Amino acid sequence: MTDEIFPELFERLVDLAAFAFDPAEAEYLRQELNNQLKAIHQLEAVPLADDVPLASHGVGYPPQSRPELRKDLWVPFENPDEILAQAPQVEDRYLVVPDIPHTKLD
Amino acid sequence: MSALDYAAHTIAQKVNAGELSAVEVLEDALARIEQVEGRHGALDYGELTDEDRKKVHAFITLTQDRAYAQARQVDALVSAGKLAGPLAGVPLSIKDIFCVKDTPSTAASRILSNFVAPYTATAVERLESAGALTLGKVNLDEFTHGSSTESSAFQPSTRNPWDPDRVPGGSSGGSAASVAAGEVMLSLGTDTAGSIRQPAAFCGVVGLKPTYGRVSRYGLIAFGSSLDCPGSVARDVRDAALMLGVMAGADPRDSTASLHPVPDYLAILSEGVKGLRIGLSPDYMQIAFPDPQTGALIRQELPAEIRNATLRAAEALADQGAEIVEGVPMPNMVYGIPAYFVVSRVEAASNLHRFDGVKYGYRTSSEFRDLHEMYRKTRAEGFGLQPKLRILMGMYVSAAQYSEQYYQRALRVRSMIRADFESAFDSGGAYRLDALLTPTTPTTAFKIADIYGDSVLMQYADQLTVPANHAGIPGISIPAGLDGDGLPIGIQLLAPDFGEEMLLRVGYAFEQATADAAWRKQKPQVLR
Repeated sequence: MTDEIFPELFERLVDLAAFAFDPAEAEYLRQELNNQLKAIHQLEAVPLADDVPLASHGVGYPPQSRPELRKDLWVPFENPDEILAQAPQVEDRYLVVPDIPHTKLD
Repeated sequence: MSALDYAAHTIAQKVNAGELSAVEVLEDALARIEQVEGRHGALDYGELTDEDRKKVHAFITLTQDRAYAQARQVDALVSAGKLAGPLAGVPLSIKDIFCVKDTPSTAASRILSNFVAPYTATAVERLESAGALTLGKVNLDEFTHGSSTESSAFQPSTRNPWDPDRVPGGSSGGSAASVAAGEVMLSLGTDTAGSIRQPAAFCGVVGLKPTYGRVSRYGLIAFGSSLDCPGSVARDVRDAALMLGVMAGADPRDSTASLHPVPDYLAILSEGVKGLRIGLSPDYMQIAFPDPQTGALIRQELPAEIRNATLRAAEALADQGAEIVEGVPMPNMVYGIPAYFVVSRVEAASNLHRFDGVKYGYRTSSEFRDLHEMYRKTRAEGFGLQPKLRILMGMYVSAAQYSEQYYQRALRVRSMIRADFESAFDSGGAYRLDALLTPTTPTTAFKIADIYGDSVLMQYADQLTVPANHAGIPGISIPAGLDGDGLPIGIQLLAPDFGEEMLLRVGYAFEQATADAAWRKQKPQVLR
């Protein structure tokens, strides 16, 4: 694993993440990402047998300690206006979303 | 005598017995805050003054009115001859990563700076129902992304009460500092890689990270959903046990909150350590960090004062009858930080995409053409550098072409880290440990600005604490002395899943064994 995040790839990540940076900030972040990648590359040194499982969490979830999933029921919030009041833009009790740009796919 | 000289459990006893009023306790706490706090963290903070550099700055928001209403309610219950709860009248601070209804809940980020929570986190709800007085929301690294509290958007960031030129640790820096400075008796923190234990060690207080799923995460603004654990920050082990007992247990609003029964954590505190097997691992007695140029792993001995404090703790426990088991191998703990760089970033990226300037929180005030430009401007202005780094790395390592190489490999290394602990704690295995004793941190509190900006070195501050988060097991940091600069040193105890009782029992035995130690008489600089 000798990957490095070059400026072109960095720009692509920035676009996907919906960020925008000035050049100095972008270069600092790209360098930090590459420094982190060097640390991540140490994982190559771990001898992983084929039967080592993926662990999406540490603690096991045996049935006796696992709660039943909630029923998928709609429960009205006691005061929806309180939530609407925190939205940046509301009209007739609907959240206003700015225009969504349309891209024509080739 | 100030009410703040008592431990939380003593305050609760006295308040319930009518010997002390909750309002009286609250007023003592507010007077202490006035004495040590300085200005609270804010977005537009201006220049730091000399006075700022001497203060603690633990709080972002003080909820004085809420605390007064709670104190009056506690006193009314006691006057009516009723018990007001196991935390009656105990001053409490809440890391500002928890939602508390009708209070600003900022995650120390500009992007949530105007968010007022419409509901209360389960852990907070349980603490308040037990009679605690919520004095306010305390500072942290932005979205908990850090180990020094310096990355908060709300400045001045919290300073260490033992030496205000140094960091309090992080990300629960405000929690640890508010307890160490005596502004509150208890604080609710979170621990994703060591964010309770590391600041507890730096500030000379007790920090308990419970087993993953022991305390509900409902109402916690998520960072790493498979790693985040709410837990106690307290002055002593008994208080940490009392607080955990109130918070722990199943919650229908969090499907990862375990149904595992909650024991009486106070009941076995005094049972001592005779016959317990407590391990020491050579792998926890060294520092590992990557060479900045090549990335090759460099290993060094721990600072002697930290190593010796850990060994002295082992001797103290041996004197109480514990059997110390040396040479316990933990060969994969050294990969804890590299694996964390992957796992936590993927989870952070997933969790932070919801902040978009549409539903709540900050939206850019500048002009925008369309939704995409609004997203970009809002997120660029609203997030600080640390969340941005985590989002970008999380997207990179989980991309389809890299996922097997990075993310899936890190999840398998996580299994290996877990296997180290399972082997050490296996009752039929070679070591059969009841608990593992380690240092909490590779150094004592470092100076403000010394490391901030180097995201790799900062992450390695958590190298001794993060393995427990990967494994999901509980851990506790307990004060174990002071270094040559008068800064607190912490020791860490680790136990198998849901082994909090064991941690508290061993920790309490250590506290009792060192109750007369000269270092325990020392006070933080801001209280001298």
